[in-house]
Amino acid sequence: MKAKGTVFRYGDNVDTDVIIPARYLNTSNHKELAQHCMEDIDADFIKQVKEGDIMVADKNFGCGSSREHAPIAIKESGISCVIAKTFARIFYRNAINIGLPILECPSAVEGIKAGDVVSVDFSSGTITNETTGTVFKSEPFPPFMQDLIACGGLAGYIAKKGEQA
Amino acid sequence: MGMTMTQKILASHAKLESVRAGQLIMADLDMVLGNDITAPVAINEFAKFGKKTVFDKDKVALVPDHFSPNKDIKAAQQCKALRTFAKDHEITNYFDVGQMGIEHALLPEKGLVGAGDLVIGADSHTCTYGALGAFSTGVGSTDMACGMATGQAWFKVPSAIKFNLSGSFNEYVSGKDLILHIIGMIGVDGALYQSMEFAGEGVKNLTIDDRFTVANMAIEAGAKNGIFPVDEITLEYLSAHCPRKPVIYEADADAEYERVIDIDLSTIKSTVSFPHLPSNTRTIDNVGEVKIDQVVIGSCTNGHISDLRQAAAILKGKQVAPWVRVLIFPATQKIWKQAMGEGLFDIFVDSGCAVSTPTCGPCLGGHMGILAEGERSVSTTNRNFVGRMGHVKSEVYLASPSVAAASAVTGYITDPAKVMEV
Repeated sequence: MKAKGTVFRYGDNVDTDVIIPARYLNTSNHKELAQHCMEDIDADFIKQVKEGDIMVADKNFGCGSSREHAPIAIKESGISCVIAKTFARIFYRNAINIGLPILECPSAVEGIKAGDVVSVDFSSGTITNETTGTVFKSEPFPPFMQDLIACGGLAGYIAKKGEQA
Repeated sequence: MGMTMTQKILASHAKLESVRAGQLIMADLDMVLGNDITAPVAINEFAKFGKKTVFDKDKVALVPDHFSPNKDIKAAQQCKALRTFAKDHEITNYFDVGQMGIEHALLPEKGLVGAGDLVIGADSHTCTYGALGAFSTGVGSTDMACGMATGQAWFKVPSAIKFNLSGSFNEYVSGKDLILHIIGMIGVDGALYQSMEFAGEGVKNLTIDDRFTVANMAIEAGAKNGIFPVDEITLEYLSAHCPRKPVIYEADADAEYERVIDIDLSTIKSTVSFPHLPSNTRTIDNVGEVKIDQVVIGSCTNGHISDLRQAAAILKGKQVAPWVRVLIFPATQKIWKQAMGEGLFDIFVDSGCAVSTPTCGPCLGGHMGILAEGERSVSTTNRNFVGRMGHVKSEVYLASPSVAAASAVTGYITDPAKVMEV
């Protein structure tokens, strides 16, 4: 399982209110949510993001509300992976549960700038800054986690397991 | 090695003798909660499991409180989805407008959370029930759906920070000032993945409402939960609300903590969080001149009866500044009726405040008090992120009910003592 794309770079404490403002939470439609992703800190994000692009941020990404709409909006916008120094705990759980791959890797965050092209190999945990040629090492995703992501999240994963049982 | 209070509750719900920090466990749930924003997503996920119904119709609580009373057509559709699911699955604890309150004030009041319980809720402020000696934590909609389907959830056992409290508050200082002080000290990720365990002889000087406020905002320090020991004050509250026998857990004497922080409550001053992080705190003597446009008193953090009494004590016989809009949100129907019975509404309305039915509305910029560009609100709510209460260029200042009421009178962020000495 791999990802490759151009980087959108953010700072500390990117909260769920700026990832998806509550004024748009009167729907759970994924496409509608994605249209407003990052709107309050980066109005250009949704115009510029392309399928496969990567989001990189400093510490405590996703702090605040438990709204699963936040990782849903990021995933639906086309982002293939979020790399941060640390994640807020509810966001961490939600991202995995909806099938958005996320990685904690402080050294990679230090070594990646906005606009860099980055590739990620989830099975080995290798993060490569293709622009600078620097390679970083994160924790690999265990096979079940790759399977869960491939199923589109925990619900799909459980449904698949149920069918196999 | 001993266990913390949180670890003991987790161990017992995982049917284990003991657990240690970092251990992954599967635990039984006493209650699974969702609201009109998070539950519709959970209902969609629940449908994917192919389960006919929820694990226990008495152990699911659904509360349309965020965009309710319905703020627009889309919100109405979301609330309808919740209502339909509740009816189809015969959910006992569904509370619609008229019975409804802000979920984290409502569940304790209805006796749906007791000491020693393990509760998950698809709302980050689910950590509020730590005030009653329960383990409760916020999760997302998928976890809520799994919880509704199976009655279980997995957890990574947290380590803990111990807050050793002594002394008692000075006049006009309350639980809100304590938790803002703590968040200012340790930061918005100062307790990331950890429990915040409150202990010490100062706990007895905190009312149950103070404890609800403190536990409620544990998430604003990144914590998994905040929890208080069960004492006479807890037992008195529980005996009046919860029919079940409390299960009391105490931290072991040799429990291990990542940090121990001593706090003398008599040193805490009224505290305000400036935009745009709850950790951006200043004591009231250092706020400078901040002119405001709106004041919000209410929310799951500070919509309890004692919060309304504190605000009324300041506002009594005074007028709010002519340029300030003051909105008051009792957290539940019961609190609303109690406040009315005590004459607090007369004080509020006579001083120029508006009193609303319970809703989360303005706290998250949903409805009932949205800010325009450049406007500032002093609010007893829990978050002051960019755009939290409206326009991306508006500002929220978090404060206690006393500071909010004093600021309403002068039109500037104000020390309650200054308003009362005039």
